[in-house]
Amino acid sequence: MSDNNNNNNNNNDNNKTTLRLNYPYTKEAVKNLKAGDMVLISGKLFTGRDAVHKHLHDTQISPVNLFNQIIYHCGPVVLQNPQTKKYEVKAAGPTTSIREEPYQWEIMRDHGIVGVIGKGGMGPKTLDGLIKYGCVYFHAIGGAAQVLAEKIVSVDNVYLMELGSPEAMWELSVVDFPVVVTMDSHGYSLHEIIKRKCDQHLKQLLDHN
Amino acid sequence: MNEINVINLNSIGLKENIFNSLLELLRRTSTELTKDVTDILYKAYDDEVEGSEAKYAMKIIKDNLELAKSKSAPICQDTGTVLIYVNHPVGFPQREFMNIAKEVVIRATELGYLRQNSVNSINQKNAGNNIGLGHPSFHFEEHEHVNENEKNKIEIRIMLKGGGCENVGMQHSLPNITIKANRDLDGVKRAIIDVVAQAQGKGCSPGVLGVCIGGDRSSGQLESKHQLLRKLDDHNEDPILDKLEKEVVAIANKLEIGPMGFGGKTTLLSCKIGHLNRLPASFFVTVAYMCWVHRRQGIELDKDLKIKSWLY
Repeated sequence: MSDNNNNNNNNNDNNKTTLRLNYPYTKEAVKNLKAGDMVLISGKLFTGRDAVHKHLHDTQISPVNLFNQIIYHCGPVVLQNPQTKKYEVKAAGPTTSIREEPYQWEIMRDHGIVGVIGKGGMGPKTLDGLIKYGCVYFHAIGGAAQVLAEKIVSVDNVYLMELGSPEAMWELSVVDFPVVVTMDSHGYSLHEIIKRKCDQHLKQLLDHN
Repeated sequence: MNEINVINLNSIGLKENIFNSLLELLRRTSTELTKDVTDILYKAYDDEVEGSEAKYAMKIIKDNLELAKSKSAPICQDTGTVLIYVNHPVGFPQREFMNIAKEVVIRATELGYLRQNSVNSINQKNAGNNIGLGHPSFHFEEHEHVNENEKNKIEIRIMLKGGGCENVGMQHSLPNITIKANRDLDGVKRAIIDVVAQAQGKGCSPGVLGVCIGGDRSSGQLESKHQLLRKLDDHNEDPILDKLEKEVVAIANKLEIGPMGFGGKTTLLSCKIGHLNRLPASFFVTVAYMCWVHRRQGIELDKDLKIKSWLY
């Protein structure tokens, strides 16, 4: 991918190269991403889980312009330093994405986001939205709360704090945030491919012995 | 009859000691995995193909374990249901113990070893201290001591089980036509594999299964979780179940679901199977799915209720 800006591919003598997606994100850059791509994201992320998605669905108004931005399904543990008053993220792994299935496509349509990060994959409505509105689904590593928190270099703002700290919309800056594209803007879903392969194996393994 | 040794947990020194022992047990459970688990996770990392999505995921998993341990911070932000298993002698004061353990859970939440993770199911309020109906979850068992040395032995185990993996656990009732599972061991195997296939990567694979064959619906659930307390490198005493455990792992790892469902060689780290008697009319196969962050640790207490040894 990503020929849109200063992206140097990071090849660790792997069969497959780790790609980079750098801020500012563009539709063109994410369109080059394919299901199965391993990507390091550097730039901004906006957290949003159940309450944020419901808010955006109900009001259709976002407290911040989400055009060409990425939403991260995450309820981080954030502490405020009592001296500096600065926020620090203590743990920030992904939460299960499928709960946002009813809303995600609308948020792509109404707010022009270019990416969603979460875990576990999403359903057909979202996959459809990815194609229509030029967006990708990135899968982060579930359970890796410390590694992912370390990639967050600053907390730049917080919106919708009235929803409670884990549910609020945190504006974060990340460097080399590791994800895998599992659903792309061309209709390919790694989850579907893996499931199909799994079903074939199951048939062979269980029905022929 | 033997003399019963009644422990008064509220006596000053003892209360402080058991509080500190439990807090350290909880800290360690949340921030470090035991060697039997890390050994098999590191092997899974080695097994995956260089440059694959699976290797990428396993590398992050490995780095995360090291980072959490060095920072004494939760491995995963979902610190889960707190399950406390106590194996105790005759005369152990369960109620006093529960009161102290709740204080420990509150303290561990303040210290950030546990997330504010317990929600009232009717008004959806999070009390913020992890205390509420059914939480933490206590399980007491009075032991049958075999010799005088073991008469006063107290063992405490804690398991932290997050929501992502809890949601993909299942209870099958056999026979089940859809998955071609009859009321026999082949049917049991099909029921277990079906849970792995349905979960895909959603339970944060590679996972560990605790299984109970039989029981009623509730005893089957309890026993399936109890199986997760076994060491991953142990062997089932029952040769039939030992064989079945290995077979399930071998089949699951041929499904190419892989870490996080990205595809790859390791889908299942281990499978532990127990059984309970059933009614003639019922045949349940209950599967508890545990994510790769298989957090459980245990301690044996000394006579002052300080930590005598670690069980894993």
